[in-house]
Amino acid sequence: MADVKTVATRAGYGEALVELGKQRNDFLVMDADLAAATQTGKFKEAFPDRFYNCGIAEQNMMSIAAGIASTGKRVFVSSFAMFASGRAFEQIRNSICYPNLPVIIGATHGGISVGEDGATHQCLEDIAIMRTLPNMTIINPADAVEAKKAVFAAIEHNGPVYMRFGRYAVPVVFDDSYDFKIGKANKLRDGSDVTIIATGLMVDEALKAYDILKGEGISARVINMATIKPLDNEAVLSAAKDTGAIVTAEEHSVIGGLGSAVSELLGEKYPVPVLKLGVYDRFGFSGPAAELLDVFGLRAKDIAQKAKAAIALKK
Amino acid sequence: MDKQTKLSLEKTACKVRLGIIHGVHAAKSGHPGGSLSCADILTYLYFKEMNIDPENPKKPDRDRFVLSKGHAAPALYATLAERGFFSPDELFNLRHVGSFLQGHPDMNKVPGVDMSTGSLGQGISAAVGMALSAKHFGDNYRVYAVLGDGEIEEGQVWEAAMFASNKKLSNLIVFVDLNGLQIDGSIDEVNSARPVDKKFEAFGFETIEINGHDFDEIESALDKAKRSDKPVAIIANTVKGKGVSFMENNVGWHGKAPNDEQYELAVKELEAALKAF
Repeated sequence: MADVKTVATRAGYGEALVELGKQRNDFLVMDADLAAATQTGKFKEAFPDRFYNCGIAEQNMMSIAAGIASTGKRVFVSSFAMFASGRAFEQIRNSICYPNLPVIIGATHGGISVGEDGATHQCLEDIAIMRTLPNMTIINPADAVEAKKAVFAAIEHNGPVYMRFGRYAVPVVFDDSYDFKIGKANKLRDGSDVTIIATGLMVDEALKAYDILKGEGISARVINMATIKPLDNEAVLSAAKDTGAIVTAEEHSVIGGLGSAVSELLGEKYPVPVLKLGVYDRFGFSGPAAELLDVFGLRAKDIAQKAKAAIALKK
Repeated sequence: MDKQTKLSLEKTACKVRLGIIHGVHAAKSGHPGGSLSCADILTYLYFKEMNIDPENPKKPDRDRFVLSKGHAAPALYATLAERGFFSPDELFNLRHVGSFLQGHPDMNKVPGVDMSTGSLGQGISAAVGMALSAKHFGDNYRVYAVLGDGEIEEGQVWEAAMFASNKKLSNLIVFVDLNGLQIDGSIDEVNSARPVDKKFEAFGFETIEINGHDFDEIESALDKAKRSDKPVAIIANTVKGKGVSFMENNVGWHGKAPNDEQYELAVKELEAALKAF
């Protein structure tokens, strides 16, 4: 097998902040004592005067960011997905989303692939929680290239953004010519029997599932859904109409995430079988990321299996 | 402060109190007690202290105000209306469907409101964010906030305080409206944050204790606060329900509207006080 370049999306985030910092100085970056892990440390190193550490106080950080944004400046705030979305949920709701302030939350260490730190740090609920908030935009990049482009798009966005990044190095799917737009899904493969809608690190797995299915004579469409809110309804509806069966794939609980968003839309507008691949209402545990992805069934072969099951449900 | 100015401020505060009573009565709900206790502080800030312009509520160099105890919205609305940000008639629509005067302040709906608040403990952090932004980007405005004495039981207040002093935000001045009562009873019964001054001092603030109904003391505290190289907490001893005799120091008036009879009594008292000026 040829060597595949792997980079964590959090690394893309850190690099993008530095590049952005070279282009403009009308924004600040904040962290809650995790700068090295979230990669905001790269920005801190390049622009120490424009970086503020809040200490271990995520709730305060979110409301401070709201105050900064209210003065017309942009601000990135980072912590682990667990603490950003979970501990500071109510601050995000009332200080940021209700007044619709353009705070960009760079939440790293999303999903089971956090690995060895175990369940307390493996956030499987953040997309679900953030989806309930009016005004919130949620972006879950598939690779470091998309992560970088998403950061550049987020700072131009006139409202709150929650960006989910991973700790684990994942294959690079996109090249620099890739054109990222908030709210726009992209079709990576076309097919007619079933559509795999994937987000985050599951996108690379979905591409591998495409090959598995192709080998078995099954034609799958593969969609990268980086923006989970607002969902690209058009891409989902045409996938349902064209292929009649959907599999969603995400490194997140099956309750409330991408699979739910797709199901909610299709249930109302164009019912077809939707099978969800994700984590089924349980906590994670410690172990190397790669092994956990195997154990939790978040691999190409699992997607392929779901795809066949979805096709079987077609009327 | 000369006599004339003081008299004028006292008169204005009385009108603000009337506005509070009108609003809360019209809404048939709301928080009169803690609104009346901070009415003098808000009056001083909006009529004497802050660089603001009712004609241009979003002017970039304005001083900012955050009502961290957002449930005192009737006081903020009555002050803003009296100051000319919108018509005092609007106070009669408080909390009604379609009104821009929400139960708690909404910065996107109400001219003159700089931050949406209501969930306790978050407003001071937002004020800290504004002060940090001003300092970082070289803007000269100040940020004022009013906290409740029950509110400071929220841990986030102290996260904000720790950060503000660590980042030397001398452009931040917070009032603690120390009226001694919160919904469930006296602050001492519930979970006392006393000694309030010592706590803020321990967190790196300069503290000044005043009578929060005395305009001379408010003024001299602010003069001192503006010369400080630290963030400042002005501990304002106040009377909950101040200005309406039967509401004073009565915890029952934390979150209850007067009925028609009580309303008339309150209005009568306040109008009599106004006439006496």
